[in-house]
Amino acid sequence: MSEQGVWSLAWRRLRADRLGFGSLIVVLAYVALTLAAASGLVARDWEKEAGVSFAPPSFLGPDAAESRQLLQAAERRQPGEDYGIADPLAADLAAIAKELSGGSASAARAPTLPLGADKWGRDVLKKAIKGTETSLFVGLVAAALAAVLGTLFGALAGFRGGRVDDFFNWLYSVFTSIPYLLLVLAIAAVVNQKGTFTVILILGLTGWTGIFRLVRAEYMKHKVREYVLAADAIGASNFRRMFVHILPNVSHVVLVQLSLHVVLFIKSEVILTFLGFGVGVDTVSWGSMLAEAASELLLGKWWQLAAATLAMAVLVTAFSLFTDAMRDALDPRLK
Amino acid sequence: MAAYTLRRLWQFLPTLAGVVLLVFFVFNWVGGDPAYLLAGKIPDPQTIANIRRQLGVDEPYSVQLWIFVKQIFRGDFGASWSTGERVSAIFATRLGPSLTVLVPLLVLSTLLGMAAAMLVAYVRGSLTDRAVMIACTVGQSISILVYILVFQYLFAYKLGWFPVQGWGVSFGENLLRYSALAIVVGVAVSLAPDIRLYRTFFLDEINQDYVRTARAKGLSETRVMWVHVLRNAAIPIVTNVLLQLPGLLAGAFLIERFFGIPGIGREVILAVERSDFPIIKAVTIYVAVATMVVNLAADVLYKMIDPRVQLK
Repeated sequence: MSEQGVWSLAWRRLRADRLGFGSLIVVLAYVALTLAAASGLVARDWEKEAGVSFAPPSFLGPDAAESRQLLQAAERRQPGEDYGIADPLAADLAAIAKELSGGSASAARAPTLPLGADKWGRDVLKKAIKGTETSLFVGLVAAALAAVLGTLFGALAGFRGGRVDDFFNWLYSVFTSIPYLLLVLAIAAVVNQKGTFTVILILGLTGWTGIFRLVRAEYMKHKVREYVLAADAIGASNFRRMFVHILPNVSHVVLVQLSLHVVLFIKSEVILTFLGFGVGVDTVSWGSMLAEAASELLLGKWWQLAAATLAMAVLVTAFSLFTDAMRDALDPRLK
Repeated sequence: MAAYTLRRLWQFLPTLAGVVLLVFFVFNWVGGDPAYLLAGKIPDPQTIANIRRQLGVDEPYSVQLWIFVKQIFRGDFGASWSTGERVSAIFATRLGPSLTVLVPLLVLSTLLGMAAAMLVAYVRGSLTDRAVMIACTVGQSISILVYILVFQYLFAYKLGWFPVQGWGVSFGENLLRYSALAIVVGVAVSLAPDIRLYRTFFLDEINQDYVRTARAKGLSETRVMWVHVLRNAAIPIVTNVLLQLPGLLAGAFLIERFFGIPGIGREVILAVERSDFPIIKAVTIYVAVATMVVNLAADVLYKMIDPRVQLK
C-alpha cells in the first residue's frame, strides 16, 4: 500500500490544474528574475543614461522630428553673437548644449531602447527589472514577517486560551479598528524615514491580523484533537505540541495566507512609494516608476507607465491565480 | 437586543483605550520630538524650548497621555501644525465633499457589482463565469494609481469630457461636474473585488434548500433569482458595504488628491506629507470609533433582518 502525504497529493492536484500550474511557473520566473537582478546578472547598469531623454520604445522607431528639432536648436543658439564680439566660451557652450540635447555629441546614446527611456535616458526595461526586484522582495519579506507574527500570536492565543487569548484578541481588535492603509500611512508619517527595510517593517508589523484570526481558530480546533491529547499524555511540552505537532497540520492555512499577503503588500508598497514614503530615492520600484510616469504621461510619454503596470499586473495576476489553485489543491473540500 | 447592544458598547472601552495607547505610542514615542520637525532647518535652542512648551511635549509621558485623552473626550485636537486651522473645523468642512464622492460611488459600485455577480453566479462554471473571474483577477492586479492616471489622462486631459480637477460652490455642480470622473474611477476600481466577493455570497444562497424548493414548486427562474436569492444574498452585501464606509472615508485619499476634491482623504494625505500630527491623530481616532460603531450596527442589523442569527 502506497502512503501519500498531504503535500504530495496537493502537488498532484496543483499539477493537474493547468491555469494554476502555469501561474506558478510565471511566479517562479519572476523570482528567478529577482534573484538574477539582485546578484547583478541583469540590469546592473540600470542607472546608466543609455538612451536619449525619453527615447521611445524600439518598436515605435526613433522620434525623428523631435531629436532633429533639439539638435537644430542647439546649433542655432550662439550666445554672445548679438553683441558682435567673439564669445571665448562659444565652442564649449555649443558642445555642452549638444550634449544636453542628446544630439550627435553623445553618439553612445541610443535613439531608441527596447521599452524606451525615462527623462534621464535610463532604460525602462532595466528599471522595470530592478523594480520587480524591489517590489517582490518587499512583498515576500513583509509577508513572511506578518505570517511569523500572525502564526505565533494565533498559536499562543488559540492554544493557551484564557488571559493570553484575551490579550491577543484585544490587540487584534485594536489593530483592526484602524483601517489598514490609514494605519500604514500614519506610521510612515511618524517614522519619516525612507528605505526598503522601513517599508517591510511597517507592512509586516501591521499586517499580521488576518493570519492571526485564522491560525487562532485552527489552533482552537486542533488542541482538543486526539493526536494532541496523545502528545500531552506522553509528556510533550506545550511548545512541542504547538509547533511540532499542531503547526504542520495548520501550515496549509498559513501558506495560503502568506501568498495572499504577498499580493496585498506588493500593492501597498507601490502606493507608499508613490506617495513618497516607500523605498529610498536611490532604489527603483514599481511605485517610483509610476510616480515618474504621472508627469511623463502629460507629455505623451506613456512607456514607463505601461512597463511598470504590465510588470506588476502579470506578477500579481499570476500570484493570485496561483494562490487560488494552491488553496483548492490543499483543501479540496472548499471547491 | 438592548442588553446585547449595551454589552457591546461596554466592550468598546478596552478597544478604544488600546487605540488611544497605540496612537499615543506611535506619535509621541516612536515619533520622537516634533519640535525639531517644526523649528525648521536651523533650530536655535530657544525656539525649540518654546515649541516644546507650546505642544506640551516637555511634560512627562503620563501627563502627555492625559492631555491626549482629554482632547479626545472634548473632541478638540487643537490646531493643525502647518496651517493653524482648528482640527475640528477641518473635519466639519471636509466631510461634505468626501460624502459627495463616496455615497454615489458606493451606491453605484454596489448595484453594478450585485448585478454582475448575480449573472456570473447564475451561469457558474460556464465559460462566461471563468472569463469574468479571470478578468476580475487581472483588473484587481492593476494598481489603483494606474486607473487614476490613465482615466484622468484619457477622459479629462485628452478627450476633455470632464474637468481635470477642481471644486465649485454649488452641490449640483460639484456632484455632476467635478466628482463625476472620480466616481467613475472609484467604481472601476471597486468593481472587480466586489464581483468576486458578491459572487461567493450568491453561490452560498443558490445552493440552499429553499432555492430547490422554490424551483420545485414551479417558480420561474427570474422570480427565484430576483426575489428569493437576491433578498438573501443582499444581507451580507449590505453589511459588507457598511463595513467599508469608515475605511473609505480616509482611504479614498488617492482619488481625492488627484481630482482635487477637498475631502477628508486629501486632508489626511496632506497631513502625512507635512508631518501634521494633530490631524493624523484625530483622523485615526475618529475612524477607529466609526469602525467600531459600524461593526456593531452591522451586527444588530443582521439580527434584525435575519432572525436565525444568534448574538452572543
